[in-house]
Amino acid sequence: MAAAKKSVTKETGHGQEKASGADSPPEFTREQELRALRDMLLIRRFEEKAGQLYGMGAIGGFCHLYIGQEAIVVGMQMALKQGDQVITGYRDHGHMLACGMEAKGVMAELTGRRGGYSKGKGGSMHMFSKEKNFFGGHGIVGAQVSLGTGLAFANRYRGNDFVSLAYFGDGASNQGQVYESFNMAELWKLPVVYIIENNRYAMGTSVSRSSAQTDFSRRGISFNIPGEQIDGMDVRAVKAAGDRAVAWCRAGKGPFILEMQTYRYRGHSMSDPAKYRTREEVDKVRHDQDPIEQVRNRLLADKVSEQELKAIDAEVREIVNASAEFAQSDPEPDPSELYTDVYR
Amino acid sequence: MPIQVLMPALSPTMEKGNLSKWLKKEGEAIKSGDVIAEIETDKATMEVEATDEGTLGKILIPEGTADVAVNTPIATILSDGESADDLGKAPAPAKQEKAAEPAPPAEANASASGGGEEKKAPAAPQTVSQPDPEVPEGTEMVTMTIREALRDAMAEEMRRDPDVFVMGEEVAEYQGAYKVTQGLLQEFGAKRVIDTPITEHGFAGIGVGAAMAGLKPIVEFMTFNFAMQAMDQIINSAAKTLYMSGGQMGCSIVFRGPNGAAARVGAQHSQDYSAWYSQVPGLKVVAPFSAADYKGLLKAAIRDPNPVIFLEHEMLYGHSGEIPKLDDFVIPIGKARIVRSGGHVTIVSWSHGMTYALKAADELAKEGIEAEVIDLRTLRPMDTDTIIASVKKTGRAVAVEEGWQQNGVGAEIAARIMQHAFDYLDAPVARVSGKDVPMPYAANLEKLALPSVAEVVAAAKAVCYR
Repeated sequence: MAAAKKSVTKETGHGQEKASGADSPPEFTREQELRALRDMLLIRRFEEKAGQLYGMGAIGGFCHLYIGQEAIVVGMQMALKQGDQVITGYRDHGHMLACGMEAKGVMAELTGRRGGYSKGKGGSMHMFSKEKNFFGGHGIVGAQVSLGTGLAFANRYRGNDFVSLAYFGDGASNQGQVYESFNMAELWKLPVVYIIENNRYAMGTSVSRSSAQTDFSRRGISFNIPGEQIDGMDVRAVKAAGDRAVAWCRAGKGPFILEMQTYRYRGHSMSDPAKYRTREEVDKVRHDQDPIEQVRNRLLADKVSEQELKAIDAEVREIVNASAEFAQSDPEPDPSELYTDVYR
Repeated sequence: MPIQVLMPALSPTMEKGNLSKWLKKEGEAIKSGDVIAEIETDKATMEVEATDEGTLGKILIPEGTADVAVNTPIATILSDGESADDLGKAPAPAKQEKAAEPAPPAEANASASGGGEEKKAPAAPQTVSQPDPEVPEGTEMVTMTIREALRDAMAEEMRRDPDVFVMGEEVAEYQGAYKVTQGLLQEFGAKRVIDTPITEHGFAGIGVGAAMAGLKPIVEFMTFNFAMQAMDQIINSAAKTLYMSGGQMGCSIVFRGPNGAAARVGAQHSQDYSAWYSQVPGLKVVAPFSAADYKGLLKAAIRDPNPVIFLEHEMLYGHSGEIPKLDDFVIPIGKARIVRSGGHVTIVSWSHGMTYALKAADELAKEGIEAEVIDLRTLRPMDTDTIIASVKKTGRAVAVEEGWQQNGVGAEIAARIMQHAFDYLDAPVARVSGKDVPMPYAANLEKLALPSVAEVVAAAKAVCYR
């Protein structure tokens, strides 16, 4: 994974319109670095705890961890304004935390308790927050792409300048409805940023074994949608790309594709055979490109004290531990909830 | 205090596994996220990651140990400043189920929350259906086609609520493949009457997404046969989201279009989806027969906060009927209508099936059998009360549908009658349905594949033992 940043230029009848920005990511202010560190750490510690609770049998069914990919949601969130919408697939805990949803409510949903975001009826893949403009949590690979395009449709219909972010993976990128959505989004100039989180594996199938065109930023070419390949392990690069893409959408120019090159450290889900890639490959990415270590090292180089970083660590651990505590002590939903929320 | 690392479960059903390998040695420093061991079952291998920082104090289960029960302590981690002397003090971690009883998590959770015993599911709520609105004496009746009634219903709702819009193939400039949306583009403009590309899965998803954001889309399928492409968005996204979000987010959306067999269009364009959609909780399913019901129920569907499947019938679009000229003629979803009263046999149908039912009732009357004909109008929620009340009176019932018999709506009607009115039945419930074949093209075969008036008459006579 090179520190990629390649853009697909947009061919129009009136010559080329280049949508990309600078070549190396602009520096963050210290405040931005600290925020990015804290938000990424929260996701990582949360996911580690979720993995632990799963191992203890407190979380059932599916549990897809986001560890390794934290820079994407944190960087993108920094490019949004209040009112912009987010939607994603099943690897969604990081997105929810980045949107500002409470760790407590997310963890309690994982354990199927009444204080969970969906009252325990949704589970890992199905949580929503109207308040935080988070539209799920979807378990059918690729479905969120059409739905996210619909969110953008609603923005356009209402004439506001909000943008929707539709996240999906390299695996979902091969679903037909993705391209049906691309077509209509460009046709109707809908303000949606398609964020392809390319973590190199769709479950256990590597990109090269599943995709004829492995440069996902080019997947919009036949619809005239511009795209960029971004180093998704560098939160600064993500944020800068997010700024460009969101500005493009807000200006009414239609959709934009960002391929975020990233890596998931853990298995696809909790019962992953780990036979399709080597431990050396995983270790190398963790060692060389970890998004959190990158920020931590920059902060240390900038003379932020170990002490200050430890304090952030402690604050995050506290939130995560409290969420785990709540998620295990909160009661299960009342049996009377079985038949509620089918209709309104 | 030292922290215990427990044998993790790879899946909710795993009870034990093998500790195949230790990747860290006693005394080695550990950071959060480090892989410290590998475990495996017959199905998979998993890495055990440390979630705490410190030093690996003691390995309690050596590598190569088989059948280690889930939640058995396998090692201890010493925090900063602790030494091997502290090892004896390792507390049980936050929550530890007893390893010897690796109960499935759902039950384990139940005991953790104080209600271990298997609870009986509460009774399903009963739906209460509202009666049709009063039409005041002397109200002017207007005769119009079902096609026009549908158009008027949409136009009225679009005038009433700016969040309502129509999208689908050929709904705007072409004026509707079956001319149902005629004139809407002219009145409401291209912003609210939207021609889509031929891309059912995609535009159904966009419609549902727009509905999640609060708009009220009317998504027209040129026919419901094409909605098969969009089935995932209709079922998984539209029908289930309200429940999956704990009531936080739902969608007010209507999927409408012709359903069932037209004439001579072959197997792929002739399927009746009544049974498919009406099986799904979270959806409402409406399939009217009369012009007035088409208008009043479509208006109700558009206003409904839930996803509604509105099944029309191409063979009925040109039929005319009388509609009361009222400012706001809305018929509540969920109520059947007794179209013809009679005391000898109950015939239940809906949509185009009603044409066979009503003609059969005329034939039967000539032979002295008075049939009570019920137009279900709504398939979900089904108005069981009206059916049961009638069957208690007649003691005999025939269900008529154009769809296939296996797992059909007729089968559901028969089951409900058996459940609620068994003691009143004088004969087994009969079903008349489409034949168990893909729709043939040849005119004679197609006729045979569909229900007929003669079949309904025969079934009614059979249950009357005549």
